[in-house]
Formats: sequence, structure tokens, C-alpha cells
Amino acid sequence: MMRFMSWTAFLLGSLIFILPLLGMTEFSLSMRRGVYSLDAYMSVLSDPVFRATFSYSVMMALFTIVFGVLLVVPTAYWVRLKMPELRPVIEFITLLPLVIPAIVIVFGYIRLYNTSSWLPLTGSTMGTNILLMFGYSALALPYMYRAVDTGLRTIDIATLTEAAQSMGAGWVQIFARVILPNVLVAVLSGAFLTFAVVIGEFTMAALLNRPAFGPYLQLVGANKAYEPAALAVIAFAITWACMGLIQLVTRLSKHTRAQR
Amino acid sequence: MAFLKIAHLEKSFGTTRVVKDFDLEIERGEFVSLLGPSGCGKTTVLRMVAGFETPSSGAIIVDGKDIVGLRPNQRNIGMVFQAYALFPNLTVAENVAFGLKIKGTPAEQRDARVKEMLAMIGLPDLGGRYPFQLSGGQQQRVALARALAVQPQVLLLDEPLSALDAKIRVSLRTQIRDIQRELGITTIFVTHDQEEALSISDRIVVMNGGVAEQVGAPFEIYNRPATRFVAQFVGTLNLIEADVTLPETGTVRIGTTEISLGRPLKPGRVTLACRPEAVSLGLADGRPLVLHAEIGEVHFLGAVIRVQARAGRTTLSLDTFNRPDTPPPAAGDKVQVSISPADLLVLEA
Repeated sequence: MMRFMSWTAFLLGSLIFILPLLGMTEFSLSMRRGVYSLDAYMSVLSDPVFRATFSYSVMMALFTIVFGVLLVVPTAYWVRLKMPELRPVIEFITLLPLVIPAIVIVFGYIRLYNTSSWLPLTGSTMGTNILLMFGYSALALPYMYRAVDTGLRTIDIATLTEAAQSMGAGWVQIFARVILPNVLVAVLSGAFLTFAVVIGEFTMAALLNRPAFGPYLQLVGANKAYEPAALAVIAFAITWACMGLIQLVTRLSKHTRAQR
Repeated sequence: MAFLKIAHLEKSFGTTRVVKDFDLEIERGEFVSLLGPSGCGKTTVLRMVAGFETPSSGAIIVDGKDIVGLRPNQRNIGMVFQAYALFPNLTVAENVAFGLKIKGTPAEQRDARVKEMLAMIGLPDLGGRYPFQLSGGQQQRVALARALAVQPQVLLLDEPLSALDAKIRVSLRTQIRDIQRELGITTIFVTHDQEEALSISDRIVVMNGGVAEQVGAPFEIYNRPATRFVAQFVGTLNLIEADVTLPETGTVRIGTTEISLGRPLKPGRVTLACRPEAVSLGLADGRPLVLHAEIGEVHFLGAVIRVQARAGRTTLSLDTFNRPDTPPPAAGDKVQVSISPADLLVLEA
């Protein structure tokens, strides 16, 4: 009976998630009347604005990932190693982006860093891009921190650090040669999640007036019929590809096999 | 001057003093064990020598240089941990080469040294394996090779055998001692296992409550314990209450028997102690202290049989060698046990 209930719940859940996806995919393939075609996809992919906005978002995602890794990994490592009593505080801080809407964060940024402020980041393209990257980093913080913290939990960082120190390694060497390689899978998980968050983000990019993929999706959605569906399928594919890559990296990582 | 000198070392965590005025001098090439129960401060002393803890006060001098102000990576002190602490992302060879790489040793020399180290620990063909592909004993041998590869001036071993099973523990401790002798490296070994400490150390420091209760060779520690704690912590001990009848000659009465210990004692009541192997079943020459006893538990340990004998209110443990032609006594047997006064220790309060 329990087995039947489990399967029923699973099938129901699958229907809720899969049916809209199937419907959307079917619709995205129906641009040409009467036959399925990839016309909507061709239209989207050949649009120079798509390429520009997608490239922009990919670049922003990469910078966000680099910044996030440099911020989160040393912080999580140091908190676990030297200040474990601060872990609840740090965890609380990293959860804040989930409860504070992006629109509040971005208005805060604009208020603090506008052209008449002491740090007028919004006064230049580069400055606004940097501000957007900080915003993305804040949005991705809960995912990145949790991924890295979970990775750090699987290794005895205190003893590994001391072992490396006793062999002459300094902090940079310990971090680069011992800690980072051992949490690489976790860092990559965080990175792919960050990538997925950045690629689809709308609010911050729109309000900071940057040519990102999110606002482009909204623009196309407001003006065209089939292309938005194609774009949504592409966005889903990117997210799922990220998930697949996390799994692949975990499987291919030799030294973590024993832990599974 | 001693190669490694620890002088007036103190360590407090908050208001708790975990190491109190600790002094120790170790000669070059010596193997010294810090032995004591959990929480006695032995690991804290070791960690202060390694640089992982900062002393509250005191000095740690290695080869004439005070190293207290140096960071752990500046001390050239190798350490082997209880939990192996091999880097999971590196192969065995890469683990052993880690310290050499940090030092900037050229690749050729590095490879040669790694080969030498792996041969020394008896794992010459396992360089390409990852730590998770090794047994616990193999991992600890790799950890030892890794610590020794950089030719540290002092080797610290923090309960390196605790996580291993009994048989591996015995063979590995012998191997550790052989390697230490071969390299002549000054070594401090932390353990709570007295058998381990007694079997491989040049000297043992018995610690209790943050202080060194006694420092001496294993024979001395076992046979001439300086304090009641050392006597009770190291080995098994029988305690016998006695009344001092003639303090000048050290004559005491145990039950109805009076014997002289041949050294002056304070008047009153005294606690005497002796090891199980010093108690004989039956009468024997030169053992004037004879007690009538009843056999309690009998534990057959293989080569040795440990017998519990109750003499009045005193329960004595005694060890006899197993002989195939002589069956051990049975529980309830009435026997006599004899002890030589020379084997009796007087425990200070």
C-alpha cells in the first residue's frame, strides 16, 4: 500500500512538473503551422541581441563565480577552522538574500552607490557591472556557502591544515594545494548553481539597466509568441546542464569515490 | 646542552591550567614518550612543540634556538597524527613529496627521496594509490614517510597507533622504532597506552594533571615509580595496607606477619604496593611475607595466567607463567602466596 502511495505521489509530482514543460516545448516547436520545426529556436539563436545578452550574462556569471569562490571558500574555511562559534551568525547572514527580495537589495545599491554618493558606482558602465556582480554574488550566496560548507564538513580541515603546516606550508599554499582541491566538487556545485541563478536573473539587471539575458527574456516574452517558449526551454536546458555537470564532476572526482 | 629543552612551559585555556611548569630535556636521537590519561596535558605539550598552540609562558628550545615565536611552518618539526591526515586529493607519492615541493626541492631529488621513503616504510609499489585505497596501517606508514621526507629536526607522534587494530599496532610500533633508530631522529611520542610507551621508549614522561610526575627509563618507571599516581597508572598494582611497628628499621605488620623493609618509615599506617609478577603462588626462598589466600578469578591470557587471590580484605593479582604440565589453580582453592620485601614499594600519600 505504501509503495502504491509513493508511486502515486511521484507520478502526480512528475505530472505537475513535466506536463507544463512538455506543453511549453511542444508550443516552442509549433511556429510553423501544421508541422513541428525549430524555427522559434533558429529565430532566437540568430538574433544578435540574444547572443549579446547571453554572452553578457555568461561573463557576469563567470565573474560572479570567481568573486563568490574567493569570498566564500576562505570565509567558510576560516570560520570552521578558527571561529566555529561564529558559524550560526555566518549561516544567518548567508540566508538573508533568500528573505530579502532582489528589488530591495538593488534599490539599496542604487541609493548607496548613485552618482551623488561617496562611491558613485552607477556613474559608469564598469561601476554598474561591478555593482551587478556584487548583487548576483549576494543572490547566489546561500547556494555557494552551503555547497562549500558541506564540502568542508566532509574533510578534517583542522588536521589537514596542521599536517600541511608541519611540512612547511603557509596559508596560501594550504588553501591552494590542500583545502581548495579537496572541496573542488563542492565549489563547482556552488559555481553551477551560481551560473544558473545569474543566467535567469531579471530584477537586478533590469533595474541597473544592464543588457543581461533576464531582461531580454522578458522583452521577447512581451512582444513575441513562440520565441519566449523556445528561450524558456533553452534556459531550462542550461540549468539542467549545470545540474548534470555537478553530477558528472562528482562522479569523475577520483579521490571522493571512497567517501561515497 | 640537550637538543630539545622545554623549560617552565605553561598553558591555560581560560581559567583552566592544562600544563603546569613543565620541564623536559631530550637528547639528540632520543625517543621520549609522553604517557598519561586523557586530559593530562600530553597532547597540549606536543602541540605547543609543533606550534599549533601558543604557550602561556615558558620556552621551547631546539638546537639552542627558542622556537616559541616561530609559526608551525617555520619550525621544521614533523608530525604524525592519530587520524593519519593524508591529503585525500593526492596520491601516496604526492603526499610524501608534499613537503619537498613546498621547500622547492628539484623534481629529480624529490622523486628520489619519495622512492627512498616509500622503500623505507615497505610500500615501494604503492606510490600511485590514493589514501582511500590503503589500509589504516598503510596510511599511517605513509604519514610517517611524509613527515620524515623533509628531514625534520624533531618528529612528533600524536597517538599514531590508536586508530589501528591490536596486531597492526604492535608491528607498526616496532617499525616506527626501527626507522627512528635508523635515522637517529629526536622523537616525542604521545600515548595513553602504557604497553606502547614501555616497549619502545628510551625514556617516558608520565603526566598527570598538567605536570610531569616522573621522567625515566621504562625499567625505572615500572619498577621504581616516584609517586602513587605513576605506580597506579603504569602496570597493574596490588595495594597492601600495613602498620609500621618499628619506624627506624621499616618493620611493618601485615596481618599477623611482621617483616622489615630495610628503610626507615614514618610511624602509623602505610600503603605498600607490589606488581602481580612479584607475588608467588606458594612458599619460596627469600619471600618471608606469606599470606593465606583463597583463589578468586583465574584469567588465562596465553603465556601468562593472572590469578586473583583474596587474603583477608586484600585482593591480590598475581601472574604465573603458563606451563602445560601444571594446570592453573581453581577458584575457591586455599593457597599461600609469598612476597619479597624488596618487591614492596611504599606509596607516599
